Amino acid sequence: MTALLMNYLPIVIFFAIAGALGAAFILAAAIVAPKAPDPEKLSAYECGFNAFDDARMKFDVRFYLVSILFIIFDLEVAFLFPWAVALMKMPHPTAVFAFWSMMGFLGVLTVGFIYEWRKGALEWE
Amino acid sequence: MTPVHLAALAAPQLLLAGASLVLLVVGAFRPKAIRLVAGLGVLSLLAAVGVVAIEPLGRAFGGDLVADQGAAFAEAVIYLASAAAILLGQPWFARRGQARFEFPILILIAALGMGMMCRAADLISLFVAIELQSLSLYILAAFEKSDGKSAEAGLKYFVLGALSTGIMLYGVSLIYGFAGGTSFARIAAAVAHGASGGVLFGLVFLICGLAFKVSAAPFHMWTPDVYEGAPTPVVGFFAGAPKLAAMVLLARVLTESFGPALAQWRQILVVMAILSVAVGALAGLRQSNLKRLWAYSSIASIGYALIGLAAGGPEGVQAMLVYMTLYVVDVTGFFACLAALAREGRPLESFADVSGLVRQRPGLAVAMTVFALSGLGLPPFSGLWGKFYVFKAAISAGLAPAAVAALIGSVVAAYYYLRLVKVMWLDAPEGQIDAPPAEAAGLAYAAAFFVFPVVLIALMALDPAARAAALALVQG
Repeated sequence: MTALLMNYLPIVIFFAIAGALGAAFILAAAIVAPKAPDPEKLSAYECGFNAFDDARMKFDVRFYLVSILFIIFDLEVAFLFPWAVALMKMPHPTAVFAFWSMMGFLGVLTVGFIYEWRKGALEWE
Repeated sequence: MTPVHLAALAAPQLLLAGASLVLLVVGAFRPKAIRLVAGLGVLSLLAAVGVVAIEPLGRAFGGDLVADQGAAFAEAVIYLASAAAILLGQPWFARRGQARFEFPILILIAALGMGMMCRAADLISLFVAIELQSLSLYILAAFEKSDGKSAEAGLKYFVLGALSTGIMLYGVSLIYGFAGGTSFARIAAAVAHGASGGVLFGLVFLICGLAFKVSAAPFHMWTPDVYEGAPTPVVGFFAGAPKLAAMVLLARVLTESFGPALAQWRQILVVMAILSVAVGALAGLRQSNLKRLWAYSSIASIGYALIGLAAGGPEGVQAMLVYMTLYVVDVTGFFACLAALAREGRPLESFADVSGLVRQRPGLAVAMTVFALSGLGLPPFSGLWGKFYVFKAAISAGLAPAAVAALIGSVVAAYYYLRLVKVMWLDAPEGQIDAPPAEAAGLAYAAAFFVFPVVLIALMALDPAARAAALALVQG
C-alpha cells in the first residue's frame, strides 16, 4: 500500500508547491502593493461610462436549450473518436460487439434528435 | 457468448428500452395519441413481467448484469407497480388538462432503470441504472407544469438527488481505488480476508447515497416536501417501486460484495433503521397533509425493511423482500384512493378534507381504512405479515433490541393511522365529493382486496418465491 501511495508523491508535492505559490502571490499583493483608493478606482468600470445596468442579465431560456443540445452531440463525437480508433485493433467478435454497441448508442441519440426536432426545440421563433 | 444469448439475458431491459424509444417516436409524430402511447406502455410493462418469468438465468456483459431469481422477483413487482402508475396517472393528468405522451414514456424509462438496479453486479452498471431511474423521477416530480409546488418538488428532488449521487459516486471511487475493481465479484475477493479501512470508508458513502434514494433517516429530509408537491399518482409510484429497487440493489451490494464485512455494515443499517422508524413515527404525529403523512409513514416502513436487511443472510433478505412487496401494494393502493378523491376538481389532501368520508364514499373510506390499518400492522392485514417476517429475521439474527425499538415506533405511529380512521368514520362530512374515476377507484379496491384477504393466499406463493430470490441475491 505504501509503495502504491509513493507513486502519488509527485502529485502531493505538486499540490504543495501550487498552494504555497498561490498563497505567496496573494499575500505579496496584500502586503507589497501600493494602495491609494479613490471612488473612481473603486467603482465598476464599463468603457469609461458609469455602469448602464446590473451585471445580472435575464437571457432567453432557448440559449440554454441550444447549448444543452450542443453538448449532447459534442459528447457523442468525443465518444466516437476513441471508438473508431480502437475498433480496428480489436479481434473480430469483440469488434462486432463494439460496432453494434455504438450503433445502439447512435440509434438512441437519433430517436432523441427526432423527438427534439418534432417538439420544435430547434426552432428559434 | 452469442449476441442472441446476451440479448436473452437482458431481455426485459431491451424490451423496455426498445418500447420507450418506439413510443417516443410515435409520440413525436402523433402528440395527440396519448391514450395509445399509455396503453402500449402498460402492455410493454406487462410483457416485461412475462419475459422476466420465462427468461434464462445467468450473467451478461462481462458479469455487469445478472439475471437471477432475485432480480426476477423484484422486477416483476416493479413492472407491475409501474404499469399501475401509468393506469392511474394518465387519466389523472387528462382530467387536469395536463395529459402529455411523455408521462408513460418517463415511467417506462424509470422502470428500465429500476430493472437494471435489480440486476446490477458492477459499480458502473449500478451507477448508470440509478441515474437512469433518478433522472426520470426528477422530471415526473415536476410534471404538473402549472403548479408551483410541483416545480418546487422537482427542483428540490433534483438538487438533493444530485447531492446524494455525488456522495455515492465518491464512495464508488473509493471502493474502486481500494478494492482494485468495479465488479461485485472483484470487491468480494478484495474484502474476503477482512475489509481495509479505505473500502469500508467507501462503503459508508455508498450506503449513504443509497439511503437518500430509499429516504432512510437521517437522509430523509427531501421526502415530505417532494411528496407534498409532486402529483398524487406520481407520489404513489415514488413511494413504492423505486424504493424496492434501491433496497434490492443495497441487498446485492452488501451481501454479494461486502458479505464478509457484515458486522461493519450491520451497525450502520441498524442505526439508520431505528432512526427511520423514530423519525417516521414522531414527525408523522404533527402532519395535517395526508401526502406528507404518508411520506413519514414510508420513512418508517423503510426502517423496518432495513432491519430485515440488517439481519443479513437469506432469511433477512427474504424478510426485506416480502415486507417491501406488501408495502408497495399498500402504498400504491393508498395513493390510488387519494387520486380518486376530489371536491369540485380539487384533490383531497388533508385530514380535514376526508372528514366523514365514510358517509359519502363508503367504499373508498373502507379501502383507506384497510391501508391505514395495514400500515399500522394490525392483523389480519398485509402489513402485519411483512413486519412478522422482519421481526422473525431480526430476532434469529440477535437483533432483538432493534426489533423492540421498531415495535415501540409502530405503537407511536398507531396514533396517526388511527386518527385517519377516526376522522373518516366519526367526524362530520363537509361538502360534496366528486364521483371517483373508475380506474383509480378500481385500483384502490383491487389493492385493498389484496391487503386483505388475498394476501393470506398470496403469501403461500410469495414466501417460496421471496426465499428463492433471497438465496440468489445472497449467494451471488
